Amino acid sequence: MSTQKILDISLCYHCGEEIVGTDRILDGKHFCCAGCLGVYQILSSNNLCAYYSYNPAPGKRAASNAHFEYLDEPSIIKQLIDYQDHKSTIVTFYIPAIHCSSCIWLLEHLYKINPAIYNSRIDFLKKQVTISYQHKEMSLRHLVETLVEIGYEPAINLQDVVKEKSHSVNKSLILKIAVAGFCMGNVMLFSFPEYFGLSGLESQFQALFGWLNLTLSIPVVFYCGREYFVSAWNSLKHKHVNLDTPLALIIAVLFLRTSYAVVFNSGPGFADTLTGLVFLLLMGKWVKQRTYHHISFDRDYRSYFPIAVTTLIGGRQIPKAINELLVGDRLWIRNGELIPADSIVMKGNAWLDMSFVTGETEPQEKVLGEIAYAGGRQMGEGIELEVVKLPSQSYLTGLWNKEHYNHDAKHHFNDRVAKYFTIAVFVIAFSAMGYWLSYGNSNKAWAAFTAVIIVACPCVLTLSTPFTLSAILSIFDKKGFYVKNTDAVEDMASCNSIVFDKTGTLTTTEQAKLTFTGTLGDEDHKLVASLLTNSPHPLSRQILKSLEYGSFYPVSKYKEIPGKGISGQVCNRMVYAGNKSILPFDLKGNQQSGVHIVIDTAYKGTFIIEQQWRKGLKELVSTLQYNFLLTVLSGDTANDQEALKRIFPEKADINFEQSPHGKLKAILTKQKNGEKVMMIGDGLNDAGALKQSDFGIAITDNINNFTPGCDAILKGDSLTCLPNFQQLSKDGLKIISISFGIAIAYNCIGLYYAVQGTLYPLVAAVLMPVSTITIISFTSIATRFFARKNNLL
Amino acid sequence: MNILYFLVGCSVVMALIFLAAFVWSLRNGQHDDVVTPGMRVLFDDEVDAEGTVE
Repeated sequence: MSTQKILDISLCYHCGEEIVGTDRILDGKHFCCAGCLGVYQILSSNNLCAYYSYNPAPGKRAASNAHFEYLDEPSIIKQLIDYQDHKSTIVTFYIPAIHCSSCIWLLEHLYKINPAIYNSRIDFLKKQVTISYQHKEMSLRHLVETLVEIGYEPAINLQDVVKEKSHSVNKSLILKIAVAGFCMGNVMLFSFPEYFGLSGLESQFQALFGWLNLTLSIPVVFYCGREYFVSAWNSLKHKHVNLDTPLALIIAVLFLRTSYAVVFNSGPGFADTLTGLVFLLLMGKWVKQRTYHHISFDRDYRSYFPIAVTTLIGGRQIPKAINELLVGDRLWIRNGELIPADSIVMKGNAWLDMSFVTGETEPQEKVLGEIAYAGGRQMGEGIELEVVKLPSQSYLTGLWNKEHYNHDAKHHFNDRVAKYFTIAVFVIAFSAMGYWLSYGNSNKAWAAFTAVIIVACPCVLTLSTPFTLSAILSIFDKKGFYVKNTDAVEDMASCNSIVFDKTGTLTTTEQAKLTFTGTLGDEDHKLVASLLTNSPHPLSRQILKSLEYGSFYPVSKYKEIPGKGISGQVCNRMVYAGNKSILPFDLKGNQQSGVHIVIDTAYKGTFIIEQQWRKGLKELVSTLQYNFLLTVLSGDTANDQEALKRIFPEKADINFEQSPHGKLKAILTKQKNGEKVMMIGDGLNDAGALKQSDFGIAITDNINNFTPGCDAILKGDSLTCLPNFQQLSKDGLKIISISFGIAIAYNCIGLYYAVQGTLYPLVAAVLMPVSTITIISFTSIATRFFARKNNLL
Repeated sequence: MNILYFLVGCSVVMALIFLAAFVWSLRNGQHDDVVTPGMRVLFDDEVDAEGTVE
């Protein structure tokens, strides 16, 4: 405790946020809200205050009113846990709030808070905690509630239930690389004596080394290189040639020639070239597989939906898994909860925030008998609904179930080249063989034929693409642009049309501008501030900040109605703040939305929160307009048409009130016109368009937030770099073409020896690594050069 | 020079042991998370009132 830093008085000891309103003091420490104070009390009573010593103000504000009754349902528990025996249960949660070493410390000391927890382990990059606990002493619900109490609410959503893990694929590749590397190293060792020339005494070892080399090649060919044969065979079956076809052929020829040489003792084989080749190929494959621990590109509606919802059966509230919902089920949706299926409003007034589905920022009112679509978030009192469509068939999820996402099989640079490459190799190999056969030298003909195939290895070609593109990926990475894989970079380079979403993409939600329509006197100011200081709602805090008041009146009869607003009595005057439904009288003729202020019976004005355009938007558009067709598809009403017209050039196409399906159709039309479309969007309403576009970018201000499935995720403040990103991806393709030229030059040297039938294994063994090293260093230097040129480094 | 037969055998066996060790560590999940353990070692052991380390 002695090492704790003394923080600035005005900052919260727990979360580090500025203290506005009431300053809560405990043990001489200041807290901004009851939530932070509560977490501190839990920690201090369990002797866990070292939490604060590793980082100043490590806490995140705990503002959750989630209900976890569903975690008592055995069927749901079974879906969530990893392992269970008669005594203990192991469960893994994704906790977005994990952000510093204090979090690791606290979450790994959970056993101090509740002894029923045996231990907990954190994976920091994945933001996951694996907890094993005694399930007889502590229920899963209790465990989750404990986590929520200390400010680490786990994100439990429908996609967790359908766990699709790809780790095993990666592990088996690493295993193959390890085996190939091991064999390559040993083969090199046994080949050295041959390179340096064997004296008479040593030549007795030649056979031994030969057999050892052959033995070591066997796992390399049949275990590590297996998938090349499988892939080649599959592509031949479909009567076309991919890059794996010549590779499989080369591996086979190398292995056969090596076995022949060893068995008939006719000189050294090509075991070193063979093992080296497979090792490098696998390395290329590994570089291509880029993994982002905290980002998922394949999210769909399931990661937005909770896994359970409260149903009403015979007047009792019973939690039910969303997978098991049936048509006709009665749902009970509380304030802030999500509607999981298209359903009819049966009781209560629905105020639905549909911004994620439609892009519309205003909440919609749905009354008795109207249909509320899945994906809407209830703002206000609890409502009762009846399911009319299953969650998997609702309007929203229909976006994912559409069948038209069959992109034409994309042909990348490598696949295009592969065909010509293979044909060229065969032409040279057969003409070399024919030449020597015409001289009646069948031995040499055979040697020349195999040597050509060995030398003309497209190894460099297969390596230059992953190395260049992954170097580009890591540059993008540093700038807050996370691309799914290397193939996606090639897709990005080919785009010639950009489609923007408006809300959340061109505008930002983080820096909203606050304006007040009326006038507030000094005394009124203080009255409003006093009322707002009681509310933890983000809007109240934002307005309070703009009012800049230090002292407050006491408030009585304070009332907060979720989704509507707050009211209270300050200095014997009634003060109301909120939307129209909380005010004591109807505001006729006032169409503005925002926080209305009424004191006693007088309307004082409205705080309007305006969406701000992202910084540098105008510059961005003016750079992009020369090279791209620009389109805006907004789900919102046409309020901002004028502002958008000022930003975008005249020829840009600006459309409003686009439904999610409308956006998808617009992209399809563009693609039919031959455009390569890059879509930039943020919400579920863009999900279909993002998926259909040639390159879909999801933009977000917080990487941990939900993003729909896409090819790349872009941080909001990096949007201005978009032209540079696109240019670099184009330059990347240029680099690949140049390195292809270099590879051809090396191949020509090798071919010179090969066609003469005098290719000594040493030449092949030296040529391959030298050309590989040249290519890898060329691609990384060239990528850095172009990145600097594009101001990305 | 016959000793080479023995030495070559030894070197191959040693290398196989290392390969097996790597395979074991990979299967065991030791490479799954390479960041958190590095942060974990920096936490101090806590000493309670009696001076015993927990």
